Amino acid sequence: MVKENKDFSRREFFKKTGVIAGGVLFASLLSPLKAAQSTEKSKSDDTWYGIGLDIEKCIGCASCARACKAENDVPKEPFFFRSWVEQYTITNSGEVKVQSPNGGIDGYKQPVPESEIFKTFFVPKMCNHCSKSPCTQVCPVGATFVSPDGVVLVDPNYCVGCRYCVQACPYGCRYIKPDLGTVDKCTLCYHRLKKGMDPACMMVCPTGARLYGNLRDPKSEMVKFIKNHTVGALKPNLNTGSKLYYNALSQEVH
Amino acid sequence: MEFQSLYEAMSKMDGYCYPNEIELNWSVLIVLYPYITGLVAGAFILASLNRVFNIKALKPTYELSLLTAFSFMLVATMPLIFHLGKPFRFYEIMTTPHLTSAMAIFGFVYLWYLMVVLLLEIWFDYRYDMTIWSKENPGFKSIIYKILTLGIKDVSNKSRITDNKLGYFITVVGIPSAFILHGYVGFIFGSVKANPWWSTVMMPVIFLFSAMVSGIALVMFIYMAVSIIRKQKLDMICLDAIGKYLFYILLIDFVLEGLDQIHRIYVAEESFDILNLLVHGKLFFTFFIMQGLIGTLIPLLTLGTFQFLKPKENIRKFVYFILSLCVLVGIFFMRWNVVIGGQLFSKSFYGFTDFKLDMIGKEGFLGGMIWLVVPLIILTILLWLLPPWKKAPHIEHE
Repeated sequence: MVKENKDFSRREFFKKTGVIAGGVLFASLLSPLKAAQSTEKSKSDDTWYGIGLDIEKCIGCASCARACKAENDVPKEPFFFRSWVEQYTITNSGEVKVQSPNGGIDGYKQPVPESEIFKTFFVPKMCNHCSKSPCTQVCPVGATFVSPDGVVLVDPNYCVGCRYCVQACPYGCRYIKPDLGTVDKCTLCYHRLKKGMDPACMMVCPTGARLYGNLRDPKSEMVKFIKNHTVGALKPNLNTGSKLYYNALSQEVH
Repeated sequence: MEFQSLYEAMSKMDGYCYPNEIELNWSVLIVLYPYITGLVAGAFILASLNRVFNIKALKPTYELSLLTAFSFMLVATMPLIFHLGKPFRFYEIMTTPHLTSAMAIFGFVYLWYLMVVLLLEIWFDYRYDMTIWSKENPGFKSIIYKILTLGIKDVSNKSRITDNKLGYFITVVGIPSAFILHGYVGFIFGSVKANPWWSTVMMPVIFLFSAMVSGIALVMFIYMAVSIIRKQKLDMICLDAIGKYLFYILLIDFVLEGLDQIHRIYVAEESFDILNLLVHGKLFFTFFIMQGLIGTLIPLLTLGTFQFLKPKENIRKFVYFILSLCVLVGIFFMRWNVVIGGQLFSKSFYGFTDFKLDMIGKEGFLGGMIWLVVPLIILTILLWLLPPWKKAPHIEHE
């Protein structure tokens, strides 16, 4: 009799456990799907920023680098940039020479005699605001993240200053702010964007070599730029999902 | 002046670097971090060779290996924390870990290894002895022992067998844990796809074997040093056995690193030219001389010879002593070549920056040395408190 009772309660126990476990499993199977769908939906409605830089239009004046330093309190020394301009010179013998004196702010002195130049051009550089950004992936505390509109940002109040993201960025776009000990990078002037203003570098560019806009809006200038030019991204082999599109990007540019 | 070292590095720059790359982000402290965790993992593996694989010749170094591993483990995170731009925020890595980060899990792997593996194993190994010592020793030392036994005073044979079995179980768990600990440290570097010098699937495996090499060499060195200080005769069977394992594992390590380099040279990807310039230029001394010649080839050839031709004991002792130091220096420079070397070339592949180790400051030579000296002080205290040579003999059971 006692034995039967035991069996009965055990069976009951297993039954109830089974129901609970099954319920939890079912709910957990559904919930991520739901989350995925909902984010997908909100994503397609949201703005998703991309950047276009036209190498053919860039004259190397470095107004962008200067404006960025002024706007974003970037150290004035010849180190640390959120935005800079490189001059590439390819000689007739195929040698590649690159320079960016003080990020381009100090101007350029062409070291190669004109007769030996095969081609030369300027490449403006800034954060690629990657959609699969390696820098946000490696942050041990999640202090750096991609905003809902696709801008890679840093929370300086949360950053521990481990510099792992600096190592992980293939484009050299991050640095440690010496006075804070935390990481700093281009925010696409997020503080301006949110007030309806253009990023400082875009605003000052005298030749209109820089633009940004919503990649999800087929009518935006940004989408038209990608459509009407043969664009390329830096280091596509690293699959960073770069949203910085260059027109007339030479293969020598890294 | 705040940026003086940067201006200096800039004047020594070669070719083109991105403007944010002039400064090296990870300095000697991050060289020490994989070095120290490697010593821990390696020393533990040597202990487990005795315990789990029952290699009796290594018995004289069993407790010494564990205590060495523990001493170094206690400081393993210190260089990391001191290196942070915001050291007082270090706990955020554990309270709010970002799970896609290879670095975020280190705190947990570390705590698991320190608390569950090392601490428990040492406790089970010493519990009986600490109970006995608490009765034999007067005053303060007795109180320490009593606290350390956590009030479990059972000295019956049965309790010793239980301790032994649980200790054995923990060692078995500890072996994969040691592999995870250091393989994981390798992954922190190996997973950085932006850096071609680091980004290789071989990195965790190479780190693991170099860790074993350095840990074994460290225990060899400490065993000899402690015996000399205590004026005790060295157990040559034990030393020869350590030498043999050092030889085999160093050989595997050498082959793995060789494979990695051969693969790089043969496939010669986009980054090959700059890396080739790197190892033949700025890394030449630390890579070929310190890591390759002093840290690998000389020990490998000497230990290899010892497997066939054994010179007299006194010569072997002297050679083992020197070789253990050579290997320790070599593996330090292996870490150096990975960490520093990986930052000397620009990710633009068009140039090199420069690095000079300062003498003072937290990132300087002396600041770094602190983290190699502190574990030795801890070890001295532990050896005073838990002397392996005063332990009761292990009891044999089935």
